[in-house]
Amino acid sequence: MKHLSVPLLALLLTACGDPQGSVTAVDVSKPQAGGTLRVALDGDPQCVDPQQAGNNTALNVGRQLVDSLTDQDPVTGAIVPWLAQSWEVSPDSRRFTFVLRQGATFSDGTAVDAAAVKANLEGVVALGARSILGSTYLAGLKHIDTPDSHTVVVEFEQPNAQFLQATSTMTLGLFSAQTLALPPGDRCQGQLIGSGPFVLKSFVHNQVVSLKRRDDYNWGSSLAAHTGKAWLDGIEFLIIPESGVRLGSLASGQVDVNTGVAPQDEGVIDSQGLVLLTRANPGVVYNLALNESTQLFADINVRQALNKAIDRAELQRIISRYQKPATALLASSTPLYRDLSSLLAYDPEGARKLLEDAGWKPGADGVRVKAGERLSFRLDYWQQTPILELVQQQLKGVGIELRLNKSTISQVTAIQASGDYSVRFLNLTRADPDVLRTVYDVAGYNINNRQPGEVDRLLRESAETLDNARRQVLIDQASELLLRDGHAIALVELATVLAHAKNVHGLHYEASSRLQFFDTWLQP
Amino acid sequence: MRTSWRYLVGRGWQALLVLWAAFTVSFLILYALPSDPVSIMLNQSGEQTTVNQQQVAALRAQYHLDEPLVVQYGIALWHAVQLDFGNSIQSGEPVSRALADALPKTAALALVSLGVALVVGVGLALAASLTRLRWLRDVLLGLPAIAVSLPTFWVGLLLLQWFSFGWHWFPAMGNQGLASLVLPTLTLAIPTSAVIAQVLARSLAATWRLPFVDALRAKGLSPLRVLLVHVLHNAVIPILSLSGVIVGSLLAGSVVTETVFSREGVGRLAQAAVSTQDIPVVQGVVVLAALIFIGVNLLVDLLYPLLDPRIGATR
Repeated sequence: MKHLSVPLLALLLTACGDPQGSVTAVDVSKPQAGGTLRVALDGDPQCVDPQQAGNNTALNVGRQLVDSLTDQDPVTGAIVPWLAQSWEVSPDSRRFTFVLRQGATFSDGTAVDAAAVKANLEGVVALGARSILGSTYLAGLKHIDTPDSHTVVVEFEQPNAQFLQATSTMTLGLFSAQTLALPPGDRCQGQLIGSGPFVLKSFVHNQVVSLKRRDDYNWGSSLAAHTGKAWLDGIEFLIIPESGVRLGSLASGQVDVNTGVAPQDEGVIDSQGLVLLTRANPGVVYNLALNESTQLFADINVRQALNKAIDRAELQRIISRYQKPATALLASSTPLYRDLSSLLAYDPEGARKLLEDAGWKPGADGVRVKAGERLSFRLDYWQQTPILELVQQQLKGVGIELRLNKSTISQVTAIQASGDYSVRFLNLTRADPDVLRTVYDVAGYNINNRQPGEVDRLLRESAETLDNARRQVLIDQASELLLRDGHAIALVELATVLAHAKNVHGLHYEASSRLQFFDTWLQP
Repeated sequence: MRTSWRYLVGRGWQALLVLWAAFTVSFLILYALPSDPVSIMLNQSGEQTTVNQQQVAALRAQYHLDEPLVVQYGIALWHAVQLDFGNSIQSGEPVSRALADALPKTAALALVSLGVALVVGVGLALAASLTRLRWLRDVLLGLPAIAVSLPTFWVGLLLLQWFSFGWHWFPAMGNQGLASLVLPTLTLAIPTSAVIAQVLARSLAATWRLPFVDALRAKGLSPLRVLLVHVLHNAVIPILSLSGVIVGSLLAGSVVTETVFSREGVGRLAQAAVSTQDIPVVQGVVVLAALIFIGVNLLVDLLYPLLDPRIGATR
């Protein structure tokens, strides 16, 4: 309890909404135990094992089943104790020593001890590509020592500062040895024994995931607003694919929380006396990443012109009012975020001049040409977003033709795998600035097909230190370079928007904008 | 009935051929699509995947996705012959279990809908045939045309809006209890009953003009008795011929109905599997659907001679 931060409390209270209205005013600071929370998900979680899952519905379920070594404050980004009561990181960020709290058990009665932590981390590595998020977190794992039953020493081949934040995610949440011995497919179906405040009762595909409270739970995160067991008796995640049905079900009291609010429904929700809860997803914002192995985007002038041609303020008019235009390459909810909007200013004249200087002259149809070639490129994408059409218009204003090809996820994946693309549209959610290195580092994913440069040095150095002041400088410099040199054209932040009934209290987003129901309670 | 054994064996071979063709065609279509289920799984969040290429390759190899077409097909066919469709690539669940879980839910929905559709459709056709009021007959015969042109999706949402969100009579989602079956049944039964009513009304009208009807009427039978006992019996053959189409439309309708009403079932399973290119699941659903068609058509063919002995004689 002593770790409860004031901003978090504020978050909890705002989540409670207006006490006036249809619900009689009660003391919302006095949580009440009991009740089953019905939460609408917009799709089948497919695989509810958080160590394997990649989609948010599955991660939202998985978060309730497992505890993590650490937790991350959604407001400050600080890493705080959970199953690990303390830790030490070597100066080169290769060795992480965790001291576990004692007394925590998995729901099969076995202890959450050093051996369990070791088995889990090694298990995630063994999952390989099946651990869609975890394989990045544990890249370069050298070995894990367990000097005693409550001390774990994790060592990496290379400096790996991001690992500390990774230990706070549900992806590195812990399961009992019994679960780890099962084939990955069986774990996906819900054969999961974690140490979390809820246990999985049943999982019926395309229908429901039922969770039950664990009554002997007493090792909540240091961020939790209360100690002991969870308030709710259980949680039912109902899979409701139609957004209109989710909305109607919430308004008619058939569900308590709708996790997938469609932007067109936001107005209705306000008028129905429901509560909207929203948070920007941390990580890399929606951006256009240019393929610099193409002749067109090898030219820095063209890349910079693209950046200047975009009027981000105008984008605000067509996106959800809970979404914001990008003010940096990192979303504002990411730790070590810094406002770099000066690099993202709308400057169509500057863009035109850059293009002129690069030899691109206005053509007959308004699209610039150079040596008989038109300044035109294609974007294949699958995401549901209204902004790209507007971006297309804005680019056209300076004589650049963007050809939009909305396609299926499978086709876009195939095109990207073949390497035949000029530009990619992407975002990536993670509550750690290291997400930049994951996407843009030449030695990593190298989304730009870039030659090594200063950016890579900065990103790699940022992965070597947990000294926030030093890391901030490196991340700032890397972000500036990525934006200024037009490697990434930042567009808008993704926001997660949910709606809940007025009698739901204490519901909040964790650091990666997924849901934590430990403190949630229902007002009878 | 001497030839019935031989007939059944012949039909058996035909069935196997149809199953094989359904399996092969669906396999080729899925194979011809760009990308593969592993890439889709890795991108399921709709965000940039950061899994490295070697790990992806290892996973693809596990599903034999790196083998040439012929080898992949051979492996899939060999397992399918043993009724093993493998595990879903997206969820890891055995396909047989996914189908076994989903089929009873869809079967219940489809059968109840068929029952309701039969009652409504036959009732409508009979009422239209019996009424002497020309305007009423026109109205009754016009209803199916309207019902057929209503999109299932829209009907479902409308029913939800009134009966669930508005008046709280029925739950909006789920498979629990009879109450959850009412609205999906109605949604699915409306287009089916319209088809039945249209075909039967036309067939009744045609049969009504046959000479035997005049003979029966001359013997003094009431129009109602002639209609229900003699004309209906003769007019029902076209409906029987339509059974395959009706079952098909019920299965296809279950995709939309199960989605709108958030029900578990084969339709949802198929929809999700197709959109994620989950080859084992799609193959399982296709083979299951082919089996159902084969079964229904066989049943219909066996029923024809019982309803109309003339059909048996010409075979």
